[in-house]
Amino acid sequence: MLAFGMPATFSRSQIEAIAALAHLRLDEAEIELYARQLGEILEYANQVQNIDTTGVPPTASIGARHDADRADVVHTSLDRASALANAPDANVDAGLFKVPRVIG
Amino acid sequence: MSQFATLRDIRDAVQSGARSAVDVCTEALARIEAHDGTLNAFNTVTRDQALAQAAAVDAHPNRASLPLAGVPVALKDNLCTLGVRTTASSKILEHFVPPYDATTVAKLVAAGAVAVGKTNCDEFAMGSSNENSAFGPARNPWATDRIPGGSSGGSAVAVAAGMTPLSLGSDTGGSIRQPAALCGLVGLKPTYGRVSRYGLLAFASSLDQIGPFTRTVEDAALALQVLAGHDPADATSAPEPVPDYAAALTGHAKGLRIGVPRALVSDGVDAAVSKAFNEALDAYREAGATLVDIELPYASAAIPVYYLVATAEASSNLARYDGVRYGFRAPAEGGPGTQDDLRAMYGRSRELGFGHEVKRRIMLGTYVLSAGYYDAYYLKAQRVRTLIRRDYEHAFEQVDVVAMPTSPTPAFKIGERTSDPLQMYLADIFTVSANLAGLPAISLPCGFTADSLPIGLQLTGRMFDETTLLSAAHAYERQTAWWKAQPTL
Repeated sequence: MLAFGMPATFSRSQIEAIAALAHLRLDEAEIELYARQLGEILEYANQVQNIDTTGVPPTASIGARHDADRADVVHTSLDRASALANAPDANVDAGLFKVPRVIG
Repeated sequence: MSQFATLRDIRDAVQSGARSAVDVCTEALARIEAHDGTLNAFNTVTRDQALAQAAAVDAHPNRASLPLAGVPVALKDNLCTLGVRTTASSKILEHFVPPYDATTVAKLVAAGAVAVGKTNCDEFAMGSSNENSAFGPARNPWATDRIPGGSSGGSAVAVAAGMTPLSLGSDTGGSIRQPAALCGLVGLKPTYGRVSRYGLLAFASSLDQIGPFTRTVEDAALALQVLAGHDPADATSAPEPVPDYAAALTGHAKGLRIGVPRALVSDGVDAAVSKAFNEALDAYREAGATLVDIELPYASAAIPVYYLVATAEASSNLARYDGVRYGFRAPAEGGPGTQDDLRAMYGRSRELGFGHEVKRRIMLGTYVLSAGYYDAYYLKAQRVRTLIRRDYEHAFEQVDVVAMPTSPTPAFKIGERTSDPLQMYLADIFTVSANLAGLPAISLPCGFTADSLPIGLQLTGRMFDETTLLSAAHAYERQTAWWKAQPTL
């Protein structure tokens, strides 16, 4: 586990756990590289921990303060063939994206 | 007319009939053909479509009504273009052909602009050098062994090399302004919400903004006039009225109050950049502007805040590239006739489809959003983001614009920083806070190093006050001739 203010390093298993969360496979060289680099970047980023933010609300977005609702009116959208045109594997006739088998 | 003609010159010539749009387009295509082998500014050149668009401008019954009549434009390859592949310079989208145009693209073409192609960039706009492109680095026309800046490197190169007088980039942490500075151009990041992002491949949704590269401030104003405005297809676009930007360009700086965050700009800035910056401030003073020392106490935290917020948002936005609906799907690991399971397919497609920097940011973003770390990193960064916004709010009680160098250094050599991502991230020190605060900011040429590398001056303005920002930039440009310099190709 990472402790603030400590030199941050990531273990191999930590990197693998993060990669799994991101659905990202990494090769051996990448695991080693990211274990070091993520640690270095986070060590640098840790300086935000020293800033007093008591009572300061978070900014999630510079949201436009306006009503973004639209009228509930049916309108055309992408046709099915266009929507499927970029799929690596699709059954255009059936209107389906195809994926590898999920259940054995 | 020189290949370095401005948008305004070309527009006027086509509107008046002095030149045909096809002629202008043909010249732009020839220039691209002559130099892109060296510069690598374009991922895709849309010759036939461009000539057809130009012919349509020439055939238009009222050419004079088209605000960008016949103006060749290069589009960053993260803007969706109907029927034209849009790769974000990533292998994962190498063959992606969007079924629709980004709103900005549609607006430009409706205004008479002619889209000549899609420009190279850092993969998914993640980078400050254009070296993170699956299609190789773009090169700076001022010194081809150097980076043009990033992430919108190709868009900057296209204008700097005289291929087009206008290009579009996207700016999440400086990706328009920094390459504009390093290539000797004007680069404008409008206010968050000023320009529709419909059809922009999302990187960090609370920061991304689309804007123009041009040779002059007036050209930036003319381009923004077409790009700005509310779009029902982008819920974050703002319904604020769009003023007449070009009309605000008076050329005067008298009475302008310019804030200078001395503490921030005194450290780690290249000597030539520092000198050019101080001379630009002197020029403003001589033109009647008032310089005001200001404090932006939290701006020094902008880089860590940015890399926590932007990577978190990126890890979420890039989850959509999974090899199912579009983009690259990795072949089964066991070879033909075998099938991976679904999770293995996701993992392998993303492993082989994304480059190193994108994976690094997905990893970092996934980590800072993960259970146990969310409050300490992501939420904490968002709170400091509020403090950075307040810094600017306080500053704008005293001043009209804030001045800083755009980049702490001129263009560095290709390969010089690729092994140290943190060093690369520090290139964004002066640009990221405008994105975090949502503010409009512009970079414009303010000098050269002894080696003839361009240097950029950055001005940041109030929310939706591009008028003052452009006017302030224009006043400086009018007093100087930096913008007229051209690279030798």
